[in-house]
Amino acid sequence: MIVSIASGKGGTGKTTVAASLARVWVRRLVAVDLDVEAPNLHLFLHPVIEEIVPAWIETPVVDESKCTFCLACSALCQFKAISVMGSVVLTFAEMCHGCGGCIAICPGKAISPGKRQLGEISRGYAGNAEYLAGCLRIGESMSPPMMRQVKSRLKEIVCASDRDAIIDAPPGVSCPAVNAVIDSDVIVLVTEPTPFGLHDFKLAWEAFSPFGKPMGVVINRAGAGDRELYSFCEEKNIPVLAEIPDERAVAEGYSKGRVIADLSPEFRKIFVSLHSKIFELAAGALDMEAAHA
Amino acid sequence: MREIVVVSGKGGTGKTSLTGAFAQLASEKVVCDLDVDAPDLHLLLRPQPEHTEEFFSGHAARIDGGMCTGCGLCASLCRYEAVRIEGGAFSVDPLRCEGCKVCVALCPEGAIHFPEKHCGQWYISSTRFGPLVHARLFPGEANSGRLVMVLKQQARKLAKSLGRGLILSDGTPGIGCPVISSLSGADLAVAVTEPTPSGRHDLERVADLCGHFQIRLSVIINKFDLNPEETEGIQAYCGARGYEVIARLPHDPVVTKAMVRGRVVTELPETAFSVEVRKTWKKIEEIAAKR
Repeated sequence: MIVSIASGKGGTGKTTVAASLARVWVRRLVAVDLDVEAPNLHLFLHPVIEEIVPAWIETPVVDESKCTFCLACSALCQFKAISVMGSVVLTFAEMCHGCGGCIAICPGKAISPGKRQLGEISRGYAGNAEYLAGCLRIGESMSPPMMRQVKSRLKEIVCASDRDAIIDAPPGVSCPAVNAVIDSDVIVLVTEPTPFGLHDFKLAWEAFSPFGKPMGVVINRAGAGDRELYSFCEEKNIPVLAEIPDERAVAEGYSKGRVIADLSPEFRKIFVSLHSKIFELAAGALDMEAAHA
Repeated sequence: MREIVVVSGKGGTGKTSLTGAFAQLASEKVVCDLDVDAPDLHLLLRPQPEHTEEFFSGHAARIDGGMCTGCGLCASLCRYEAVRIEGGAFSVDPLRCEGCKVCVALCPEGAIHFPEKHCGQWYISSTRFGPLVHARLFPGEANSGRLVMVLKQQARKLAKSLGRGLILSDGTPGIGCPVISSLSGADLAVAVTEPTPSGRHDLERVADLCGHFQIRLSVIINKFDLNPEETEGIQAYCGARGYEVIARLPHDPVVTKAMVRGRVVTELPETAFSVEVRKTWKKIEEIAAKR
């Protein structure tokens, strides 16, 4: 089972939830950091890294001796990554989305695949859990292709070792967030009961609902803000899987790099219960009234 | 004209709450919400839209089932696994389609359409603090960087026509496409961080990004009292890198209180927090005035 931990708003506690779940997970697990722009899971799980490999995207290399300057490549490219100026072909690797279109369409076979580095993928162990993370190179704008490569590594690991996966997703509801959750079996949205938290939670719920995956919410900083989020969840029948109280001890623990499930037996209980609720949610067996009680 | 962009790397550090307060404190400005993915500034500024425009960007492939012969070339060419085959019928998953046109151009039957995508809306609105340029990208859409560029162009045009010397923008978390677009042409980036391992780690990444694009950076440490040790660490890092730490703001429930009321924190009765926020804005103005 692949569980993605997502949110609309940033800073609501995705990493807190992902790290704590990793601590209490019963089955074999791989903890995945797919927030490639701002990866933080390692700061809490302290994995032992066994391997770091570069992640590349395919970009065109033009052999001008074979080029007939027919313009087919530049006419096709939707990303302004290749252009023909008279008898010079200019490529802009940083604009290239790696679609391979120019290579496929060139009648003279004058274009071959080169590469540009998107970032790095690291793999290791955090206790019993396997750890996998992508980290985008500074200045690189394209996180989705970087994420796709991490996901294909994840697929290999899950197939080879029959592990569950917890994905720490990036914030937001646009392409990077969609990329993170689209291949998961369950989506857990983390939010806070504030106007910003509610607004972005609604966006996330709207964006992810069409995938038809079981979806539930973890309310962080419960007790802060107001009750609007609870009313919305009730109205839309979205199960509240767990609540993390708005306590300074949580904020301070987090600020020291502590995993919240490790803070006290009470906090651990929250995540043990969340763990079982996620399985019930995945099995379609979650009693909605009990979830809201 | 000066352009100030509030960024953070990590989400939830207080960008929008602070940008809202700065919007009240700044004079002669145009405010811009560049977080087109999950915008929140409008919840504090409560804008009245004066002008709305649709945002079209990029295209998406759509297979014409009547013309498709099922040869499968599109599926083998697609690098994004966007072509689906169900019961022998080919279709394109719009959420996975990158809009690269490869399948469209190479389909032997010409059976793939390529309509433009309607990705969102943008607005010029009036607020109690003056004009706000903002947008909404439809959930799940791409091209946020392009929408950010549209907003910036509109804000510049508006500021010019109104004779305003400042564009104050709220940015997006992360360091990817929309953040890079937000920073282009900025005179000053103000990074809001918090004394946590994530706050610091992501500050370092956004700081490196500003360095990469040669944008000046100042830093605000929010909720500094959560972890004084980490605050010292961030200050030492900033000192070593030459980033000025312009404020250390305490962890104060007044921020959430203001948000619940749809107000910015400096509109509520004065607290130690709002006094600091006022001082912080003065400092930002001084720094932005220096070239």
